[in-house]
Amino acid sequence: MSDSLKIENLHASVEGNEILKGLTLEIPKGEVHAIMGPNGSGKSTLSKVLAGNEEYDVSEGTVKMDGVDLLDLEVDERSREGFFLAFQYPHEIPGVSNANFLRAALQARLPKGEEIDAVAFYKTMYEKMDALQMDRKFTGRSVNDGFSGGEKKRNEILQMMMLEPKYAVLDETDSGLDIDALKIVAEGVNRMRGPERGFLVITHYQRLLDYIVPDVVHVMVDGQIVKSGGKELAHELEEKGYDWVTEELAVA
Amino acid sequence: MPDSATLEAVNIDQDEGNFSYPEEYAHDAGYGLNEDTIDFISNVKGEADWIREFRKKALKIFESKPMPTHWASEDLENIKFDDIRYYLAKGQRPTRSWDEVPDDVKQTFERLGIPEKERKYLAGVEAQFDSEAAYSNVKEELEKQGVIFVNSTEGLREYPDVFRKWFGKVIPTGDNKFSALNSAVFSGGSFIYVPPGVKVAHPLQAYFRINAENFGQFERTLIVVDEGAEVTYMEGCTAPKFETATLHSAVVELVAMKDAKIQYITVQNWSNNVFNLVTKRGMAHENAEIRWIDCNIGSRLTMKYPGVIMKGRKARGEVISIALANDGQHQDTGAKMIHAADETTSNIVAKSISVGEGRSTYRGQVHIPKNLKGCKNNTECDALLINSNSRTDTYPAITVRGNQHATQHEASVSQVSEDQIFYMQQRGLSEGEAMSLSVNGFVNDLVREFPMEYSVELKRLIDMEMEGSVG
Ligand SMILES: Nc1ncnc2c1ncn2[C@@H]1O[C@H](COP(=O)(O)OP(=O)(O)O)[C@@H](O)[C@H]1O
Ligand SMILES: [Mg+2]
Repeated sequence: MSDSLKIENLHASVEGNEILKGLTLEIPKGEVHAIMGPNGSGKSTLSKVLAGNEEYDVSEGTVKMDGVDLLDLEVDERSREGFFLAFQYPHEIPGVSNANFLRAALQARLPKGEEIDAVAFYKTMYEKMDALQMDRKFTGRSVNDGFSGGEKKRNEILQMMMLEPKYAVLDETDSGLDIDALKIVAEGVNRMRGPERGFLVITHYQRLLDYIVPDVVHVMVDGQIVKSGGKELAHELEEKGYDWVTEELAVA
Repeated sequence: MPDSATLEAVNIDQDEGNFSYPEEYAHDAGYGLNEDTIDFISNVKGEADWIREFRKKALKIFESKPMPTHWASEDLENIKFDDIRYYLAKGQRPTRSWDEVPDDVKQTFERLGIPEKERKYLAGVEAQFDSEAAYSNVKEELEKQGVIFVNSTEGLREYPDVFRKWFGKVIPTGDNKFSALNSAVFSGGSFIYVPPGVKVAHPLQAYFRINAENFGQFERTLIVVDEGAEVTYMEGCTAPKFETATLHSAVVELVAMKDAKIQYITVQNWSNNVFNLVTKRGMAHENAEIRWIDCNIGSRLTMKYPGVIMKGRKARGEVISIALANDGQHQDTGAKMIHAADETTSNIVAKSISVGEGRSTYRGQVHIPKNLKGCKNNTECDALLINSNSRTDTYPAITVRGNQHATQHEASVSQVSEDQIFYMQQRGLSEGEAMSLSVNGFVNDLVREFPMEYSVELKRLIDMEMEGSVG
């Protein structure tokens, strides 16, 4: 069995409304998959269910990350197991500096009693920040507190680079970014691409996929994957709009 | 601090203060409180008549005063004064060497890390075990400069001319029911005098430890800092977790003479069976500064409103308080600022955290009378709620008469939302770690102003408390 993030027949609901309606998707390690879909189709819900948000009830289905049953784990256990979510709306943590937060997150991955090497930590963090063209002053600022939309998204990518997950879901990381910032963020993601990692890039627009070129594109409508294809599918969607897919489905 | 392996080896609970040694006391005043109790205490201490009389008068006032349940918590009714022992002592004078301290007492303070801290960064230490100090020492060079650092028994006996003048003057016996109780049965606590111009560079530390069950600890502290002198005093408190309620009721009086500075820091980590009812007030003379840093973690009910009477022109008073109320705890804290001279300035920053069923209350009083000019007060109260059951109340009372003053008041209530915890957990922090980091973030701007050793200690206590609050 080769390594992958494998989602099978996933059903999830919130407040009694079913949002994910039997979603099936497999991201083999080393590949970048994209999900596109209209607003409200359940993309963010998928990302949060994968992360283990307790607001959502999973009634059916399985999620296996390299064979590990993800749904059995707590939110933090999933993270430490190697699952990362770059949030569409990253939360603010008043009073907690970026550096301290990252340090705590890395510390949480060490065995009890083992301390993080502070010098090495700062060195790595500064390297990654330079790559993302983030000012050093961000280390001392409270996590996402007063950050612009673009700064928050960059900060998500910084966290991802520091935590080096096995699988990362990026939920509309492009929204709120101007074209220069988009390129920087895409470059950051591309640098992390490799045989040891899988990505699921959620986006509303094809634009991002010009910079993070996906291996596979999926179209999500109403809680299900309705169409999958190569990177050209993204362009097709951009030209013809999501109605095209829904109409095509209606005909079929 | 012992490392984790040592902690495990001696099998201390996660709550590190939760251990006790078998009781062996030479002097036990028995249960309940009446004139005989007072005679017992006075006899053991060999006190002067005026102190005995002072105590007896206080007892009458205590008995005549009703419980303040008309404004404070009904939980006060659960204090059973007859089931409490008011004086427990081993009958030894405090020693200057840890080697001479009885083994069980010495081990207690070693487990709490006191001798180690003393070596590292303290100018003097007093360690109180139940009613009396077991250890008391101050660095020689300070002693040579005339700094006095003793317990209350010794202070009143050896230095009456220094201490009697101020004893009970900042906080009169009848200030409230519990100051009266303390005045009746006080024992232990620190008496400190710093001569003019002496700036004590390192903190003096007192540690109050309750070891016995059904016991009341009533230390009495008086700190007099003479003209242009400066001192920082830190107190720490712990007790084991007993099934029954324990009472801690201290009185702390500070006197800062002209141009003097006093910083008084409390780290309280009482177990949640302790009623902690403490009266703390300072008097600041001309251009003097009194600063209370008051951190309340633990206890069942804490009622504490440190205050400053600004008696001289340009005197300054400050209260910085952090209260953390976990399940089953009520932190009823605040500050009292009495402006009694022109151009006096006071600053109150109170931050409270309520977790689960925990409850925190802020009570403030700022008084600026009409005849004064150019007084300033700034009051800031911030509450942080962690989960929806938490409760927080704010009762700021700012009486400002006349229009020649500047006052400013801000209050905020914020939540650590489930989304915030989810976000942090997604990065690999456990729920407890996430809450702990949020709480530390909330108090961070205050803690940055604390002495380094103390902020580390506070962070550790918050971490422990938050870890323990996750089911
Ligand atoms: N926590 C929630 N409470 C109620 N409804 C929700 C919640 N999360 C998502 N939904 C609903 O689920 C649907 C899908 O939302 P979402 O997953 O955010 O879609 P997308 O990210 O594709 O735009 C929407 O109708 C949204 O209103
Ligand atoms: Mg979305």
